[in-house]
Amino acid sequence: MSPSVITARETGAVPLLRRRSVLLLLLLAPIALLNALGFLAPMLNLARMSFYEIEPTGAMREAFTLMTWEKVVSDSFYAELIIGSIGLSLVLTLVTLICSYPIALYLHRSSGIWRTILLVLVISPLLTSAVVRTYGWIAILSENGMVNNLLRFVGIAPMRLMFNRTGVIIGLAEILMPYMILALLAGFGRLDPRVEEAASTLGAPPFTVFRRIVLPLTLPGIALGSLLCFVLAVSSFITPKLLGGGRVFLLATEIYDQAIVTLHWPLAATLSIIVLVIFGGALVLYSRALRQDM
Amino acid sequence: MDERPIPTGLKIATFVMFLFLLAPLIVVIPISFSGDAFMMFPPTSWSTKWYRAIFADGKMASAFWTSVKLAVVVTILSLVIALPAAYALVRLRPRGADILSSLFTAPLLLPTIVLGLAILIIFARLGLLATFTGLVAAHMVVTLPYALRVLATSLSTLPIAVEEAAATLGASPLVVFRRITLPMMKSGLIGTTALCALVSFDEVVLSLFMTGPRISTLPVAMFHHVEQQADPLVASLSVLLVLLTLVVVLIVDRTSGLAKTFMK
Repeated sequence: MSPSVITARETGAVPLLRRRSVLLLLLLAPIALLNALGFLAPMLNLARMSFYEIEPTGAMREAFTLMTWEKVVSDSFYAELIIGSIGLSLVLTLVTLICSYPIALYLHRSSGIWRTILLVLVISPLLTSAVVRTYGWIAILSENGMVNNLLRFVGIAPMRLMFNRTGVIIGLAEILMPYMILALLAGFGRLDPRVEEAASTLGAPPFTVFRRIVLPLTLPGIALGSLLCFVLAVSSFITPKLLGGGRVFLLATEIYDQAIVTLHWPLAATLSIIVLVIFGGALVLYSRALRQDM
Repeated sequence: MDERPIPTGLKIATFVMFLFLLAPLIVVIPISFSGDAFMMFPPTSWSTKWYRAIFADGKMASAFWTSVKLAVVVTILSLVIALPAAYALVRLRPRGADILSSLFTAPLLLPTIVLGLAILIIFARLGLLATFTGLVAAHMVVTLPYALRVLATSLSTLPIAVEEAAATLGASPLVVFRRITLPMMKSGLIGTTALCALVSFDEVVLSLFMTGPRISTLPVAMFHHVEQQADPLVASLSVLLVLLTLVVVLIVDRTSGLAKTFMK
């Protein structure tokens, strides 16, 4: 190779490299800007704000104090709020799992057009606003709703199904079902009908087949669905707010109230970080359970 | 594969659980034709007055148009911003492309209640609260990650050989993109458009933090209405919204195949 060729290649390569960086910068700048403005800066600021000081007048002052954190830790209201939210989310995860499991199992075994129709029915609630679906639950559970009018019709005293934890659990379980069903289906890959068939041919009664074959093989799906459902339950807001009617106190509804009604932003920020910590805890538990399963 | 018949017990359980899953959507239909002043099930009389009430209700009408405008602007901007980004990340593959794409899709991992609060605090300082611009920016925090993900998947599954052939034959990169890449991404683009529009139109938690007495979106107006009174207005509105969603889904299905768009 003559030296002149090398020089030509070098002088050609440098602008090309620079042009590539300029192009990359141009293409990525808008999304990076929006990410910084709408995600990075707000989240960092949120973490910072949980250490702000609140003056006796209620005014907020930039400082570095553990005041809000101390309040959350020492006030039993917040301890109950956190434990109550986690407890409700755990119960919800179990209820949603029980409601979703048969549908997922059925979908896994069915095929053809019937399966497509059922899958569309599972996905269609996801395309409908949570406000609309929660409104539907109010129509079913309220004082003059479907269930209570049915009870009156058969001569049973009406029940209080709304503005309490029962209502929140019923409504949220239905809201979360599509997520759970899709997650279960995604994890059902290992379930082969031939294995079940073999077990029953060898004389296992149906319940034994379920307990010894179907359940263990579907555990990965159960773990994935439960993680997703728990995480969504802890942070859900619309349904607890409407079906709880301000009488069910959960982390998410408290964050909203502190942010919008009382305007106590440092407290709302602290509670938000606690939600994120719960998220992290659930993820760690999930990955541990997964490793044990392998 | 499935010669084994499905047990009757499982069939019954599936049927019951489907009833539970679809109950709130089914129940809304008869209530929307109620003639009562309050929500009751079953309704004691029938009429279409609550459908007429939607159009007479000025708040709902203006919230609806805000939501429509918002969905259109958010969708267009998301496409315009996410398409170059997807191209850069998939085709030019800069160093750290994986880190960048997880950073850009990270907002989806956060609960919207936390994200909403975080955005509220920053936007309050910037004077963006209860403004159309603020709503657009807040919605794009969640629509951009979706758009980036769908478009990047769509780009990475394209056969790169066709683009290379065009480039070899002398087409400039811009011509290759406009004449070859873009037309081949049609189903991904339609899917992104539908997804962004639906997400923006349905978004309620972020909007709750961003709206005020001066400006409201339809889901927020519905939320406040349900919070304050129990009448059949929201039922009629819900039926119309479900029909609207159905139309969007059908259009997407006709033009690009629903399965391809939503299940990849």
